[in-house]
Amino acid sequence: MLEVTQLEVAYGGIRAVKGIDLRVGAGEVVALIGANGAGKTTTLKALAGLLRPKGGRVTYKGADVTGKPAYHLVRHGLALVPEGRGMFQRLTVAENLAMGAYIRNDAAVVAADTERVCALFPRLAERRRQLAGTLSGGEQQMLAIARAMMARPQMLLLDEPSMGLAPLMVQKIFETVRMIAAEGVTMLLVEQNAKLALETSSRGYVMESGCIVLADDAKTLLSNPQVRHAYLGE
Amino acid sequence: MSWSALFTDRRWRWIAWSAVALLLLALPFIIEALLGRSWVRIIAVALLFVMLALGLNIVVGFAGLLDLGYIAFFAVGAYSYALLASPQFAVHWPFLVLLPLGAAIAAVFGVLLGAPTLRLRGDYLAIVTLGFGEIIRVFLNNLNRPVNITNGPQGITLIDPLQMGGFSLAHTHTFAGLTFAPVHNYYFVFLVCAVLSIVLSLRLENSRIGRAWIAIRDDELAASSMGINTRNLKLLAFAMGATFGGVAGGLFASFQGFISPESFHLIDSIMVLCMVVLGGMGNVAGVVLGAVLLTALPEALRYIGPLQQRWLGGVIVDPADLRMLLFGLALVLMMLLRPEGLWPARRRRVAPVHTGNADVG
Repeated sequence: MLEVTQLEVAYGGIRAVKGIDLRVGAGEVVALIGANGAGKTTTLKALAGLLRPKGGRVTYKGADVTGKPAYHLVRHGLALVPEGRGMFQRLTVAENLAMGAYIRNDAAVVAADTERVCALFPRLAERRRQLAGTLSGGEQQMLAIARAMMARPQMLLLDEPSMGLAPLMVQKIFETVRMIAAEGVTMLLVEQNAKLALETSSRGYVMESGCIVLADDAKTLLSNPQVRHAYLGE
Repeated sequence: MSWSALFTDRRWRWIAWSAVALLLLALPFIIEALLGRSWVRIIAVALLFVMLALGLNIVVGFAGLLDLGYIAFFAVGAYSYALLASPQFAVHWPFLVLLPLGAAIAAVFGVLLGAPTLRLRGDYLAIVTLGFGEIIRVFLNNLNRPVNITNGPQGITLIDPLQMGGFSLAHTHTFAGLTFAPVHNYYFVFLVCAVLSIVLSLRLENSRIGRAWIAIRDDELAASSMGINTRNLKLLAFAMGATFGGVAGGLFASFQGFISPESFHLIDSIMVLCMVVLGGMGNVAGVVLGAVLLTALPEALRYIGPLQQRWLGGVIVDPADLRMLLFGLALVLMMLLRPEGLWPARRRRVAPVHTGNADVG
């Protein structure tokens, strides 16, 4: 579904991603783990079309999409749930969901989808008319995922869905992530919570200062002594 | 029943809105009887400022792009009208062509300002727009040599009034026993334009585009990952805001019959921005209120000068200084007492997202 070869991203002169290779097959959930500042978010932003790569190639559904802007990729079913949730605080929950379906103009289907995500997140349904800025952190993360689902993506890029949430809430969010994956949505999951991320994925990549240092099955990575030591705190 | 309910309740709203409409139609005659003709002129100008403030509100209030050079679009509209309807080039195009043309030219200038500033935000954008406003004014001031285009600081005189066939707004007409002086005629034209601007603004606010602007303002990155083309939407905000300014400029030129670069100073940009901020950024009703109040207040403060003489027995502070002093004081007080504007937007500022804290949800 997504093929990345020798991707390089730089901020000014500083190279944050130094030529990485990555592959996500259709229907697969792949984790990208690593410490703070390893370049995970930068990679995701480049894949979502929010940053222009400096080098390398990105192929999505067989087409070269290197450097294509986000509004182009979203129309082709590639959606990002940004780090820090990216709430539209002054819009209501319902309006945030509507923004998720911004690229679509089949009102009837959008209405049906709104019902569908509201069934998935009953909490959001209760708060439809509330401004997004007044939601709790967990609710905002739910809204961020629900909003991305409104674009009917074939592939989701999830950036740190567990960030700043209490353990119970993190469990809930990951339950939803698994549910969405079970529906056949392909996912690339960036996480600091390596254990949860790998338990949710089939394969994983480990990133360290702009490079991919390990790539393997999620199970193998979970039992890899290096990974256990560096990311699982054992 | 509260006052606002009167305008929303199904049984009452027709009566309430009709009353408002009647009041607005009768206003110039009431004002003339009570305060004299100069005040009719002031309320006509206030309507022009309503259009300007609503235009700036699109850029600043909806899209969140701080523009300190907005008056430049007013100038562009005014000069496009003046140059093509005056003895300057001896052309006299009809206003039905010139007003849309002025709006279009202003929109082009809006895009010209917007395109190079897309990456800028906040303070940086403000500085660039401020420079843009000054550039336009300096150009207007100096485009009289080597080829005389704008007539420089002397400005352009004898600009055609709004006229169609033999009917000119610059003449006094009598209709149904009422005397319509030119200032009355213009009041009604401006009223129509201001009402159109209000309707357009309200429609925009609750449209897909309006929500996309708010989204860009709240979180640009998230907005682009929703598939919003942030570049085009920002340019659209600049262009639409400029359009309002361009139309208002054309109307202003025809109303005054004379324009010069003097009318388009930085202070005028700031004044329009004050109307938006003080009225309630992003809220159409608030912006209209701000525009009317801030046009009327400096005029009302003119009456303070003579009072000083009467109460204190002499002129202590120069009346002109005193007037601006009190105006400034009023602005400071209003912002202290109503920091979100006199009539804040429904989408008031909400608490920032807590991204760092753990949350039980």
